[in-house]
Amino acid sequence: MSESATDTADRAMLWEVFVRGRRGLSHVHAGSLHAADAEMALRNARDVYTRRGEGVSIWVVPSVQIFASTPDEKDPFFDPNADKVYRHPTFYNLPEEVRQM
Amino acid sequence: MSDDAKQPGLVPAFDVMIAADERIEPRDEMPDGYRKTLIRQIAQHAHSEIIGMQPEGNWITRAPSLKRKAILMAKVQDEAGHGLYLYGAAETLGVDRADLLDLLHTRRQKYSSIFNYPTISWADMGTIGWLVDGAAITNQVPLCRCSYGPYARAMIRICKEESFHQRQGFDILLTLSNGTPEQHEMAQESVNRWWWPALMMFGPPDAASPNSAQSMAWGIKRFSNDELRQKFVDMTVPQAAVLGLTLPDPELRFNDATGHYDFGPIDWTEFDRVVQGHGPCNDQRLAHRVRAHEEGAWVREAANAYARKHARPKITGEAVA
Repeated sequence: MSESATDTADRAMLWEVFVRGRRGLSHVHAGSLHAADAEMALRNARDVYTRRGEGVSIWVVPSVQIFASTPDEKDPFFDPNADKVYRHPTFYNLPEEVRQM
Repeated sequence: MSDDAKQPGLVPAFDVMIAADERIEPRDEMPDGYRKTLIRQIAQHAHSEIIGMQPEGNWITRAPSLKRKAILMAKVQDEAGHGLYLYGAAETLGVDRADLLDLLHTRRQKYSSIFNYPTISWADMGTIGWLVDGAAITNQVPLCRCSYGPYARAMIRICKEESFHQRQGFDILLTLSNGTPEQHEMAQESVNRWWWPALMMFGPPDAASPNSAQSMAWGIKRFSNDELRQKFVDMTVPQAAVLGLTLPDPELRFNDATGHYDFGPIDWTEFDRVVQGHGPCNDQRLAHRVRAHEEGAWVREAANAYARKHARPKITGEAVA
């Protein structure tokens, strides 16, 4: 049994990586990686996720810092939106004379 | 968590999503068996990527030109990256990469048997790219539609990059095949050695693959082992003709009735022997992997010690808002 792998001093933090593909686009989640600190996470992210020019900017965030809603789309968290169809433009009937709006 | 979900194997929301061909995401409830199957499969896939660096790393210092050396280094770096994408995907299922590496190092998890064969000639770099990566792509393209989101997303990245791997391998073989008679012979000898192990990469025949049906029902697997193997043979035979190389199977011929190539029987006793750890390089590959991991321990410890010393996360760029 390799002892080094189970040594807690050996285990680096988990980070989530977000990459901006090109100027004008948002950063998008690309994956995760391990690194001891933010600088190392950025370097590793460059090597792991942008070997072919996939990005012009990278964000790294400690995974433990991300707070998430539950993923189930039927979750009550999203219920308040379900009955507000009037938020969508298609809710409104326009008179025929209005060609474009 | 609903009461239903606490009964092992019974997760109604999961069944509904699988039936609708929706993707399962990390925080969804899922049957224990699904989680365990995925952890094992993704981990073994990740292990294969990083062990797969060794047979090719073997030739970096002896590549015949600077161009070939630079390409081979980029390819081996990709394999490391693929391993990292996959370990990342496995970790979304609640396991730790360090524990998975322990399972590899202590032989409790496997990697693809193909990497237990030696790379004894430069032509093997070509054959690995063409046949081994070609077989891997055939296996992996359907995994881009796998029901588990993080695995499918990792596979999309990997498949894009593998296509460079296969073409660079084909390019090496094409150059050798059209070179001197000795170079042509080197290419042919290499293809002769790798053809059958490449066909074994698809796993045992369907009749002897008891877990396949469950994996198909869960949307992890989309095609059976034999279907994928046939697809690979059908794609590869015409490519061999372009290379001017033959495949070492006297029974290989096109079947007009089925529209597919028939091929001879695979030696599954050899497959079993290599899977059980008795291939030509099993011990060497694992010993090298464990040594590299242990020799790198001080680097990981130093990086963590440095990070602890500078506890506030340092931000190198400007604050984002």
